[in-house]
Amino acid sequence: MEILRISTVGSVDHGKSTLIGRLFLDSKKIFIDQMQSIERLSKKSGEEFNLALVADGLKAEREQGITIDVAHKYFSTPKRRFILADNPGHFQYTKNMVTGASNSNATLIIIDAREGITEQAKRHIFISGLLQIPHLIVCVNKMDLLDYKQEAFNKIKEDFEGFSFRMDVKDVHFIPISALKGDNVIAKSDKMPWYDGPSLLYLLENIYTKSDEDFRDCRFPVQGVIRIPENKISGAIGDYRGYAGRVASGIFEVGDKVRVIPSGFESKIKSIITFDGKLQKAGPKESVAIELENDIDVSRGDMIVRSANIPIISQDIDMIVCWLSQNKLDTGKRYLVRHTTKLTKCFIQEIVYKVDINTLDRNLKDKDIGMNDIARMKIRTNHPLCYDSYQKNRSTGCLILIDEQTNETVAAGMIR
Amino acid sequence: MDEHLKELESEAIYIIREVAAQFENPVLLFSGGKDSLVLLHLTRKAFFPGKIPFPVMHIDTGHNFPEVIEFRDKLAKELGIDLIVKEVQETIDKGRVVEEKGINASRNALQTITLLDAIKEFNFDAALGGGRRDEEKARAKERIFSHRDEFGHWNPKNQRPELWNMLNGRKRKEEHFRIFPLSNWTELDVWDYIKSENLPLPDVYFSKKRKCIERNGMILIYTPFVNLYGNESIKEIDVRCRTVGDATCTGVVESTAKNIQEIINELSISMKSERNARADDKTSDSSMEDRKREGYF
Repeated sequence: MEILRISTVGSVDHGKSTLIGRLFLDSKKIFIDQMQSIERLSKKSGEEFNLALVADGLKAEREQGITIDVAHKYFSTPKRRFILADNPGHFQYTKNMVTGASNSNATLIIIDAREGITEQAKRHIFISGLLQIPHLIVCVNKMDLLDYKQEAFNKIKEDFEGFSFRMDVKDVHFIPISALKGDNVIAKSDKMPWYDGPSLLYLLENIYTKSDEDFRDCRFPVQGVIRIPENKISGAIGDYRGYAGRVASGIFEVGDKVRVIPSGFESKIKSIITFDGKLQKAGPKESVAIELENDIDVSRGDMIVRSANIPIISQDIDMIVCWLSQNKLDTGKRYLVRHTTKLTKCFIQEIVYKVDINTLDRNLKDKDIGMNDIARMKIRTNHPLCYDSYQKNRSTGCLILIDEQTNETVAAGMIR
Repeated sequence: MDEHLKELESEAIYIIREVAAQFENPVLLFSGGKDSLVLLHLTRKAFFPGKIPFPVMHIDTGHNFPEVIEFRDKLAKELGIDLIVKEVQETIDKGRVVEEKGINASRNALQTITLLDAIKEFNFDAALGGGRRDEEKARAKERIFSHRDEFGHWNPKNQRPELWNMLNGRKRKEEHFRIFPLSNWTELDVWDYIKSENLPLPDVYFSKKRKCIERNGMILIYTPFVNLYGNESIKEIDVRCRTVGDATCTGVVESTAKNIQEIINELSISMKSERNARADDKTSDSSMEDRKREGYF
C-alpha cells in the first residue's frame, strides 16, 4: 500500500475543517469516544454537531474557531494510506502552509463557491506552485448553497485559467462539493449530473504518484559515519566505515562508480547494508549505510553521487525564499544555512525582488522582507553547497535559514 | 514488508540518525510498551552494524504491571543496553511532588517532574519517545523535533516550522528537545510493524483471564496499587491492554485476542480510540495539551 501525503488549505470560512471532518466521518475514521468529545464541545458553543471540531486540536483554536497551526491527521482506505497536513488558511499563518505543504504529493485547496477565487486562494495556489507540489486539487465547496448549479463552478475554473499561466502548477483537478452535505466527497453526488469527474476520495486514491520521484539523479547526503573496529561485516581487513543516510534520489548499486562531493574523491560502492541484510541496490527514501572501496575522508554534510551525474557545486546561491519569522530579514546579518545534512553560514548578497502576493508582480524597489513575504535573493555561503535546482529535485534543491541568535528557522529557500 | 511500513521505517531511521548527529547527549525513553519497543528496534536498525550510541531510560511510576518490568529488564540484558531507571517514588520521597489522593489518584502526572529532574541530572539535550500524532489532538500539532524551554515547557503557539525533511535541533543551554520518530505512524501501523518484524511484547498486550474491577465505565486490572472503593468488587474477565501506562489509570479492553494477528483484526473493527482507555486523558478536553505544556511526554 502506498502513502499519499496531502496538505489542505483554505480561507477561514470556506469549510476546510468541515471537509476534513466529512472525510473522516464518512471513511469511519472517527472513533466513538472522539465523537462524544466533539458533541460535548459542540454543545458548549451551542451547535448541534460541528464537523470542524474533528480537525482543530488546540484549546485556543477551539475557542476562536480557527486553525492556528498545522495538524497532522491519518486515515486509510483499502487502497491507500493518507497523511494529511491540515494548514491554517489565515493570512498571518502562511508560514504554516509552506511547512505543511513542503512534503506533500498533493494539495487540496478549498474555495467557497459563492466567493470565487479570493486573493488568499490565489496566494495558496501560487505557494503550491512555488513548492512544486505535483498535484493540485481545487475543491469548490458549498455547492448546496447555490442549488448545485454549474455557473459558479465554471466561473472559478475560467478565473483560474486566467492567472494560472503565471504560476508553476502542474496537474490540476476541480471538484464541485458540499462538505456539509457530503456531495462528491466520498461518493459521486446525484445532485450535480453536469459534473463528469470523480469524487474527491476516488481521486485521492487514484492519483498517479510513481512519477513524482526522481529515480535518475543519484544523490546520497551523508548523515553520519558508522564505524566498527573490526570489519566483520564485509570480511575485508581493517575497520568498517559505513556512511549512514537516506537516498534523496536515484538508485545506487553495489559496484557503482561514485564521487564524494565537494571534495571530489572517486571510489566505488563496496556494500549497501541495512539491519535486515545486504542490498544490491537502494532507491529514493531508503535509509541505508553505504561502504566505499577506498578509505577516503567522508563525513556528515558530504554527498555521495554517481560520477557521471553531478549536481552543481557553488557558494553563490540564487533562490526564492518564503520568510517565516516575525523578525524581519536583516541584510547585514550572517545566517546559518541548512541544506541536506550540511550546516554552514551565509550572508545576503542581494535581494533581487519581492513578489507582490496579491498581483504576483515583481517589486524591484521594496527590499523590506518580513513574515509571509516571498522574495528572490542571492546569498553567498561559507562552504560550497552541492545542489540541484528545486524544480529538478525537491530534496537537494531546498534549504532553510536559521537565526543564530534565536535558533529559529526563519526562511524556506527554493534554489533556482 | 508492506510499502507504507517501509517508508515509515525509513523516515524514522532518518530522524533517529539526525538526533545522533545534532545532539551531544540524547536519551531514548523506554517504558516497555509497544511504541517504545518499536522505537528501540528502529534505533538498533539506524546504527547497525554499530551499537545504539546513547542510553535508554525508563521513568518508573512504581505502578507498573510486573510482567512489563520483567520484560524490560530481560530485553535490556539481551541487547546489552545501558538502561537507566528513575523512580517516581524517589521524587515523592524527596518531597519534590506530593502523591495524589482520592479514587482517581495516579502517578501519571507526577512522572513529569521525575523526567525533568533526570534530564537535568544527566544533562540530556534530547529525549526520544514513541509518541504518535494520531494518539491525541494536541499531539497531532506537535513537531518531530519539539523544542522545550529551560523550564521543560512546550509552547504550542510558537513552534518552529518543520520544512521538507529538515530538522532544526539548535537550542540554547538548559533547553532541550523531545523527539518523536513515530510521529506519522498510526496505532495500526505499529501493530502491523510488530507483526512484520516479529517483535516480542509483554504479556499484558494479549488477552487472558485477569482479576479486574470496573470503575467509571473503565476496566482496571486489579493490582496492589489499585484500592477498592465502596461496593467495587473483583471480577475475572478476559482482557488485554491496548496501551501500557500507570496501572492505576490504564484501562484495559475486553478482548479475546491472544496473538498479534487477532489484535490487528480486532483493531480494524474497533470503534474506540486507543486513549479512550486512559483516565488521564478524560479529565478535560485539553488535559493532554495542558500536561504537555508542563513537560509531560
